[in-house]
Amino acid sequence: MTNTRRRAAGWRAATALLLSGALMGLAGCAGGGAATPAEDIPAEGTDDGTTLTLWTRAPLEKQANLLVDAYNASHENQVELTVVPNDDYVAKVGAAAGSGGLPDLFAADIVYVPNWVEQGLFQDISAQVDGLDEKDQINQGHLSAGTDTDGKEHVLPFVLDLSMLFWNKELFEEAGLDPEKAPATMAEYADAAKKIQALGKDGVYGTATGLNCGGCLVFTWFPGIWASGEEVLSDDGHESLLANDAAKEVYDTWRDLWESGAVLPSSQDEAGPTWTAGFTEGNVGLMFYPATLLSSTPFDAGVAGIPGVDGGASTFVGGDGIGISKDSEKAAQAWNFLTWLMSEDAQVEVLAKNNDVVSRADLADNEYAAKDPRLVTINEVAAQGDTPVALNFQQAFNAPGSPWLELVRNAVLEGTDTVDADNDAITEILAQ
Amino acid sequence: MSAETLSPPTSPPTAPSPPHRASRARREALRGWLYASPTTLFVVFVFLLPLLLVLHMSASDWPLLSGNQGWNLPENYVDAVDHRLFWDAIWFTLKYTVITTILLIGLGLGLALLVQESTRWKSLLRTSFLVPSALGLASASLLFYVLYSPYAGPFADLMQSWGFTFLGTPEGALWSTVFLIVWRYAGFYMLLMLVGLQAIPDDVYEAARIDGASAWQTFRGITLPLLRPTFALTIVLCVTGSLLAFEQFYILTKGGPDNSTMTIVQLIYNVAFQGQNDLGIAAALSVIVLLALIVINIFQLRAFRRTDED
Repeated sequence: MTNTRRRAAGWRAATALLLSGALMGLAGCAGGGAATPAEDIPAEGTDDGTTLTLWTRAPLEKQANLLVDAYNASHENQVELTVVPNDDYVAKVGAAAGSGGLPDLFAADIVYVPNWVEQGLFQDISAQVDGLDEKDQINQGHLSAGTDTDGKEHVLPFVLDLSMLFWNKELFEEAGLDPEKAPATMAEYADAAKKIQALGKDGVYGTATGLNCGGCLVFTWFPGIWASGEEVLSDDGHESLLANDAAKEVYDTWRDLWESGAVLPSSQDEAGPTWTAGFTEGNVGLMFYPATLLSSTPFDAGVAGIPGVDGGASTFVGGDGIGISKDSEKAAQAWNFLTWLMSEDAQVEVLAKNNDVVSRADLADNEYAAKDPRLVTINEVAAQGDTPVALNFQQAFNAPGSPWLELVRNAVLEGTDTVDADNDAITEILAQ
Repeated sequence: MSAETLSPPTSPPTAPSPPHRASRARREALRGWLYASPTTLFVVFVFLLPLLLVLHMSASDWPLLSGNQGWNLPENYVDAVDHRLFWDAIWFTLKYTVITTILLIGLGLGLALLVQESTRWKSLLRTSFLVPSALGLASASLLFYVLYSPYAGPFADLMQSWGFTFLGTPEGALWSTVFLIVWRYAGFYMLLMLVGLQAIPDDVYEAARIDGASAWQTFRGITLPLLRPTFALTIVLCVTGSLLAFEQFYILTKGGPDNSTMTIVQLIYNVAFQGQNDLGIAAALSVIVLLALIVINIFQLRAFRRTDED
């Protein structure tokens, strides 16, 4: 009896030890890291043959490969690039951040940058950024997204992606529209889409969008509201203003387009992966489209800023910001990559040469842009664009089933009069 | 009275003394634990520790990007139940479970009877029904994603001209996913049913035939009652699998459109990695699902045990 009791007590002690050990272990591996100031880094960084790791998400794979190849060819440091599927990127970064395993450099969708800066995932590079001669020329939207409430800077632009109005000139001509003239208002946009639809060509639609893709809708519909002189978020990013008159006009226009049958039917369940495919294949007359796909569009397409309700033009200055991770012990070498990224060699000889938008205003009018006036248009509209900043942006807008998606689907597909209530649901999340 | 006179004369002269017996028992116990230790370690590291981790997370304020911020009870559980999609996800998961369970058990039994009766095409039919089960669920989901795609799928042109999308409406998304699951699992459930059918002794059917029972009477009076243990197994498997459905929805619908195909596990994933990025609330949801599964399984097994006893 005594033995049994003693044995039971032993087992209890062993179990308690095991449990407490496990919990202590768990607590130990769960600590969040604070950003470490990257002090004592030379202005040009260090190029000593170190191998750096870099993560980016799949939509920017082409540009990331070009940049990394060019850097590796001209520097002793070598960058190893990892491209992560878009949907898995946040989870991968989160898991790595929790375990102290972030790469030296990583890019983040610019709308997530404020939150990730707030969480301390990037090192403070204020001193280095302030030391750049061209600092005032760097895209201010990306810089401010990476600046925390204390004014410390953490990211530079990696690749800029702008939303633009693209139209298929051949279909415009067939529909009796001027192929050299962009629709200047939302009404003209709708009119052009309906005229192309009226051609009755098999498999050809007036326009397309991603009605089950919060990120696509943010990227392409916010600029129409900005171009109309309205805002989408309050200054502090805690309130949604997506029930204003201009926003409602945008939803009504798309509701009308949807009911008229001028929208590619698969737009209804388009969650993102193929939202531009219809236009790229030449089966869509006009749509709001990412500027990074300019070089991948195989036919003559016109490019303009996204029009407002009564005119004007704007764009969503998206893409990714890049910074040195909190876990990197090679900050001086990583800064060498970042300072090169802002150089003319990278911006013009890599990005502009491959029909991508540059991140520096002073390099917008470059030799490659001069060969293609559409690039000049994109660079000009970039100056009129905006980047919304909110800590809970992903949850409110980009996540599957976000309240923003509900707002759009209710307004456009269902035709319910719930914009105000749905806008309140977005505010509820932004205010958390 | 001496000790010798007390000892029975038949007792073996080499009987071990009590201390020896105790040490041998200890040695045997130790040997037993040594044999069991690999499994014990496996259970501890693969089941027990992850379970403890989830319990610990469910009690902690644990944002994905910044790690454990300390205890957060009972807020995590309150937030989990208060989540705007919690009850919708539960309702959809139950609806999906009922549909797939009825279809898979019914179809599995039907296919099993078919391949049992058919003599000429038996092997071909069995193989063709079972082949989809060899494909991983994620691979099968990707395959159907392409088949359903309005761009790459074989019906793309037809779909566009008809204005039809497989995954574009709540009903379309549900039934497109159910079709995938039925295609993927019907053969597997056929196999389980076939094992059950073949365990029924032939002489029972022989006796029924001699008594003049019709095919329907034989099916209702013999096959169905004697398949009860197989039904118990298949229903438990099907219900548990459907309540934990994730891959097919993650790949095909991502819970949409309009959150209409949001299963409880998809919701857990979304809370952890898509938007809210809160591992604490996601873990609390996981614990709730775990408890619900335990309760449901207990009820199921008790119900079948009772019918067995009847």
